[in-house]
Amino acid sequence: MTVTSPPSTHGDRELRDSVVIRFAGDSGDGMQLTGSQFTIETALIGNDLATFPDYPAEIRAPAGTTYGVSAFQIHFGSQDIMTAGDDLDVLVALNPAALKVNLEDLRIGGLVVLDTGSFSDRNLSKAGFESNPIEDDSLAPYQVLKLDISRHTLEAVKQFELSQKEALRSRNMWTLGLMLWMFDRDRTATIEWLKRKFAKKPEIAEANIAAINAGHAFGETAEMPSGVLGYTVAPAEVPPGIYRTVTGTEALAWGLLAGVRAAGLERLVFGSYPITPASPLLHVLAALKPFGVVTFQAEDEIAAVCSAIGASYGGALGVTSSSGPGIALKTEAIGLAVGTELPLIVVNSQRAGPSTGLPTKTEQSDLYQAVYGRNADTPVPVIAAATSADCFETAMEAVRLATKYMTPVYLLTDGFLANAAEPWLIPEERELPTFPVAFRGDPEGFHPFLRNDETLARPWTPPGTPGLEHRIGGIEKDYDSGHISYDPANHQRMTDVRAAKVDGIANDIPLQSVAVGKERGAMAVVGWGSTYGPVNRAVKRARDEGYDVSHIHLRYLHPFPRNLGELLGNFDRVLVPEMNAGQLVTILRSTFLLPAEGLNKVQGKPFKIVEILEAIRARLERTS
Amino acid sequence: MTIATPPDKLSAKDFASDQEVRWCPGCGDYAILKAVQKTLADVGATRHNTVFVSGIGCSSRFPYYMSTYGFHTIHGRAPAIATGLKLANPALDVWVITGDGDGLSIGGNHLLHILRRNVDLQIILFNNEIYGLTKGQYSPTSRIGTRSPSTPLGSVDRPVLPCTFALGAGARFVARAIDTYQKEEVEILRRAHAHRGTSFVEIFQNCIVYNDNVFGDFTEKKTSPETQLYVEHGKPLVFGKERDKGLRLKPGRLEMEVVTLGERGAAEQDLLVHDQTNHTLASMLAALQPPEFPMVLGVLLDDPAPTYEDVVFGQIRQASEGVKDASLDSVLRRGRTWTVAG
Repeated sequence: MTVTSPPSTHGDRELRDSVVIRFAGDSGDGMQLTGSQFTIETALIGNDLATFPDYPAEIRAPAGTTYGVSAFQIHFGSQDIMTAGDDLDVLVALNPAALKVNLEDLRIGGLVVLDTGSFSDRNLSKAGFESNPIEDDSLAPYQVLKLDISRHTLEAVKQFELSQKEALRSRNMWTLGLMLWMFDRDRTATIEWLKRKFAKKPEIAEANIAAINAGHAFGETAEMPSGVLGYTVAPAEVPPGIYRTVTGTEALAWGLLAGVRAAGLERLVFGSYPITPASPLLHVLAALKPFGVVTFQAEDEIAAVCSAIGASYGGALGVTSSSGPGIALKTEAIGLAVGTELPLIVVNSQRAGPSTGLPTKTEQSDLYQAVYGRNADTPVPVIAAATSADCFETAMEAVRLATKYMTPVYLLTDGFLANAAEPWLIPEERELPTFPVAFRGDPEGFHPFLRNDETLARPWTPPGTPGLEHRIGGIEKDYDSGHISYDPANHQRMTDVRAAKVDGIANDIPLQSVAVGKERGAMAVVGWGSTYGPVNRAVKRARDEGYDVSHIHLRYLHPFPRNLGELLGNFDRVLVPEMNAGQLVTILRSTFLLPAEGLNKVQGKPFKIVEILEAIRARLERTS
Repeated sequence: MTIATPPDKLSAKDFASDQEVRWCPGCGDYAILKAVQKTLADVGATRHNTVFVSGIGCSSRFPYYMSTYGFHTIHGRAPAIATGLKLANPALDVWVITGDGDGLSIGGNHLLHILRRNVDLQIILFNNEIYGLTKGQYSPTSRIGTRSPSTPLGSVDRPVLPCTFALGAGARFVARAIDTYQKEEVEILRRAHAHRGTSFVEIFQNCIVYNDNVFGDFTEKKTSPETQLYVEHGKPLVFGKERDKGLRLKPGRLEMEVVTLGERGAAEQDLLVHDQTNHTLASMLAALQPPEFPMVLGVLLDDPAPTYEDVVFGQIRQASEGVKDASLDSVLRRGRTWTVAG
């Protein structure tokens, strides 16, 4: 939080460049809703922003426990915001457990807002506090706003005669009202949303609206402790156009639909089985049924991918989605799609593992699985989205590659991208690329594994096409007729051509560019997936500090852009930060025989900018 | 005078592909292939609109021998792939070919779910009570005590009855046939094809190499009138060379017994009359086992219900009616947006 104007007196507002707030409470306290509404109000006043929802795997973990704490972090500002923020400027803690879990992320001098009404002995003990932090000196390094939010909320909704339990559910809205006041944003969108959400329970809608208004009014009128003020964060300067906020999940779903339209296909068939954190993609796509999408909640992960393969065979675009453990189950079927050369998109919203691991926490540890994780020589292109908004373009690209090359494509995102939101300049359909698919309809000289000279792709001929009846399957095909073949030399030829087809995609994707810095130098920091934001910011800061370092971000992980080896060779050192134990770094080392070095973090949380910045500082001398 | 066959009407031979059939000589699969090809000719199917989807196993090589579209997929998964295919193009005429191992062991889950969803296609389960392609291990339909390379002391697990499984899963068409009884088999397949929804047909198929004559007690031609009972809707459940035997309920019990007409006071009016829409009756008939009972064959159940595709696309059509603008631009701008002026 950079101060750009001198602190003003009470009643005035202080101008800030950017702020990081985290709302934290019990998993039943509605922190995700509170954060989402704060995000919308923030987007509407024109700040740039990034969010980080962080919630437990249990739907309703026992109240008051540290493992039941749910949090929503938002970083917003008048400049380009690329991460959800390293350290918190403001922590809102609605119970002792939320304070216990999150205090270490608050910067010294930051503001903590507490609901003193929840700091009972019982709750303090559940959270593991030996003494009450409100009374001892443990919060001395911070500014503390102690408010009996519970009592204020009960008073605000008294007229609605709700039970105490129901009334206290509006605590989050009272708090939201206060924070909207503190950061000078509107309440209109939230009030409209409450009216829609509780259309059938108007008294609940009214109680929540009363709570949000009371929280706001409290800010307006109450005497704040010394140093606690209202703040203003000016709108970010962004290109003109129509904007909305998107999560990675939404952008991905819409990108798939845009891809299907760009390919001129009639239908997208999405086969999926519920799994955290991938299920929201099924929900978003299910709501797009009137727009050319059919969703199929299959009986298991295997049926999900098989239904998608069947759909592609039938001339629709088959897409399946899961997280690592589910992808593992789909693997045999993905091999079938490779062998029969059918389009298929496999979306992996990666989570921390192995096995069930930390299902709601993010990781990017399925890169090996995507690149290598199949039996036999079974090449599949792999691409990854960098940001929530980038999921749109990456999904379109996955559709282009799958349909043009008649191949499954892995599209990697992760639990962070799936849930994180950012503002998005909505594109116009007429400005988007098109890549129309032509089904083969000409029987002359046809066989199902005839290849396009340029792409090496086979023709796509869905059943129902007269005169082109043919059989395909998992058994090896004869190169020259498409019939089954056990011929040894033919298997060599088919294995080679399947690999050559996928490798050839390198000629059909952009050359690798440098995101920040120069095309040669002392160090390249190479990232992929959702580490884009922190790596980008860390490299920019390091360059400002005088380090000769560049940021290279990979969308294409298999095959790599054809200049990547040469580009990396221009740097003395290659550092690869990943939220895994070192996967891309190994692939880069083995592909290019480079002494690339890993920087690895597997704590279920994104990298902080400073973690990468310190790794750069520790390895380089300043050059300017 | 010769009468030319109209070009749009294909013969059974027209449904054979140019590929050499690679089943063992004498395999029951040949008979089923012939029956299916004849059925397609009889029902006036077209090659381009017909698709055979199979899993893995001897039976699942079937699509290669048809001149239609065909997809030889992976073990147990044909129902799931066929479901996706129908969601892409509900107009296709799809047949799923599976076996006792493919459909009831590795693919049991998918078989359960395709049946309960009632996707409009035909499933033929070739039951030979053995794993043929992997060289003779016992299968989920093998009887207790089956000796095989994997069960040298005899198998111990109780077999699943395919038709009982299908009925339990909520199938709306369940039938049984025997590979070499061509006339009846073609008629049963024709009925399966005519039914809208998932049609499940179990065919007893002799594996001449690993399980020869395992169905001999009821497939032997000489004794078949005494060991087989073909059901017909609305007709009494009678069998026997002299049509003098039948099935009735034991007085006061929900249990069947075989009676001989004229003996122990059994008269034709005591016999059960087949009702192809009665699920309880179908379940009882499916469970009857030789030698105490005849093997009950034919269409045990034919009770149509709305198909999965009809309901799915009906819902989508209805939802689409409320959408004025289905453009991508409109989709992307739904919900809350804001404009930044230039």
